[in-house]
Amino acid sequence: MIRERGMMRERRYDAVVIGGGSAGLAAALAIREAGRTAAIVEREPFLGGILMQCIHSGFGIQEFGVDLTGPEYAERFIGRVLAAGIDVFLDTTVMEIRPRGERRELTALSKRYGVVRLSAGAIVLAMGCRERNRGNVAIAGSRPAGVFTAGLAQRLVNIEGCIPGRRVVIVGSGDIGLIMARRLTLVGCRVLAVVEIQPYPSGSVRNIVQCLNDFSIPLYLGHVVTMISGRERVESVDIAPLVDGRPDAARSFHLDCDSVLLSVGLVPENELSRAAGVQINGDTNGPYVDADLMTGVEGIFACGNVLHVHDLVDFATEEARRCGQRAAAYLGGGRRAGASAAQSKVAPGANVRYVVPNAYVPGRENVLYLRPMIVKNDAVLEASIDGAGIRKRKLAHVQPSEMIRLVLRADEIPAADPARPNQMEVSIR
Amino acid sequence: MSGSGERSAAREMVCIACPLGCRLTVAKPEGGELRVNGNRCPKGEVYAGEEILSPKRIVTAVVRTDSEAYPYAPVRTDTPLPRALAEGLLEELYRRTVSLPVSSGAALIDDVEGTGVKVVFTRTLPPEEVPAVGEPG
Repeated sequence: MIRERGMMRERRYDAVVIGGGSAGLAAALAIREAGRTAAIVEREPFLGGILMQCIHSGFGIQEFGVDLTGPEYAERFIGRVLAAGIDVFLDTTVMEIRPRGERRELTALSKRYGVVRLSAGAIVLAMGCRERNRGNVAIAGSRPAGVFTAGLAQRLVNIEGCIPGRRVVIVGSGDIGLIMARRLTLVGCRVLAVVEIQPYPSGSVRNIVQCLNDFSIPLYLGHVVTMISGRERVESVDIAPLVDGRPDAARSFHLDCDSVLLSVGLVPENELSRAAGVQINGDTNGPYVDADLMTGVEGIFACGNVLHVHDLVDFATEEARRCGQRAAAYLGGGRRAGASAAQSKVAPGANVRYVVPNAYVPGRENVLYLRPMIVKNDAVLEASIDGAGIRKRKLAHVQPSEMIRLVLRADEIPAADPARPNQMEVSIR
Repeated sequence: MSGSGERSAAREMVCIACPLGCRLTVAKPEGGELRVNGNRCPKGEVYAGEEILSPKRIVTAVVRTDSEAYPYAPVRTDTPLPRALAEGLLEELYRRTVSLPVSSGAALIDDVEGTGVKVVFTRTLPPEEVPAVGEPG
């Protein structure tokens, strides 16, 4: 097939964006709006990424001030991308990124174009993330059909129009699992239980209420599925409460079901990044990035869920837009002129899992995204540099499933002291 | 969840007006004023009132199409619909088959049961054509 279609001659762009979901669309638009040429490479036959199967509402409240469904949100960007003269390679998978001199080369395989070779001054990684699966959470039992990740089930129901089963148990209370509990109920399935290992839900309170409580779906907090049984097809699961971190067999119970949905977290998809030499942060599973969202490899930037898993698409868009703007500035040589030299480190402090990006620049606005490690009401967020506080903010409620966005104004950040490390730390107490 | 007959009894609910998630106890004595406890701000009272008297939700679904490539089209109510009407609306939507093309924002149902709530498509199908990338000149 590849030989038949032949090889496309190398195409040159100022920037190539890998991935045409929410992050890739916003990044490419920002690059184009800065007067640079851009291409998007997307492996699916459509733009919009995962938004196209998220038919529920709740998107766009920050970005547009209205409550949109996933496809509505995506179409607002797709129309603009197509009108802006951005080249879009659909059905095309990037196989490799290679630095060559001042530029970077990409090789991709395409159903439409055969072997595609692209040359770019800057690359933006926007490949998104992948669902954790049964192998990642190690549930004992047989290996029957009927075990799905929640996102796969979402695609089946919302795009293909089929249901995964009739009697469903959902493992994990992530937002996709909660959304699917409601969705499956609305299409006539019976959701018997949502089983969460943590003592608190990993999705938002809003989704617990609207997706579970509205339909009287039981949520078992601090419980685990200890066994999946069935020969050809899932027949039942065993569920037990956790006591001191171990399942309590004496209080274990059994549910007859034909399907199990897993909503047990998302992992940024960084195989391509790693192969290009990009260093990955173990706390986010995404690349380390500097204040310009550039990875450790010159000219390669990252944004959206490939950088860290967001819970609101609006923030992925905002981050990607900034990433595109910084990539465009890099292409113009602005970055090498000075900004990069003035960067200092940002590190997570007490009760903070991670902060992105991993560096800041004094003298301009810095937007940080951080993930708390604790559930707490009336918490205090504090940013400090070398131990001296620069900003305190009261937070009515923090929980790990709700990312915090912190905007530090230019005038809040003191000029770097050449005699000190100038390390910023953000903590929650 | 609870029927109108239970209105006089105290009811527990979680406020979803913001991420704080206050646990509310709501009581409405026969003929009396609504009493809300547990809320940390006035939004809780408003939420509890609506939730007791006429809970509403945005309803989203997919409807069958006549297309093989895009067998289902996503739809939504343009504004929140009284929850009691959601089940009937879904049954109506599941009975229908629509012909493509459809445009995002176009109405499928102009007025659900006299509420003034519309059902609109949320995706343009088939999607806007992505032009082929030509060979470099």
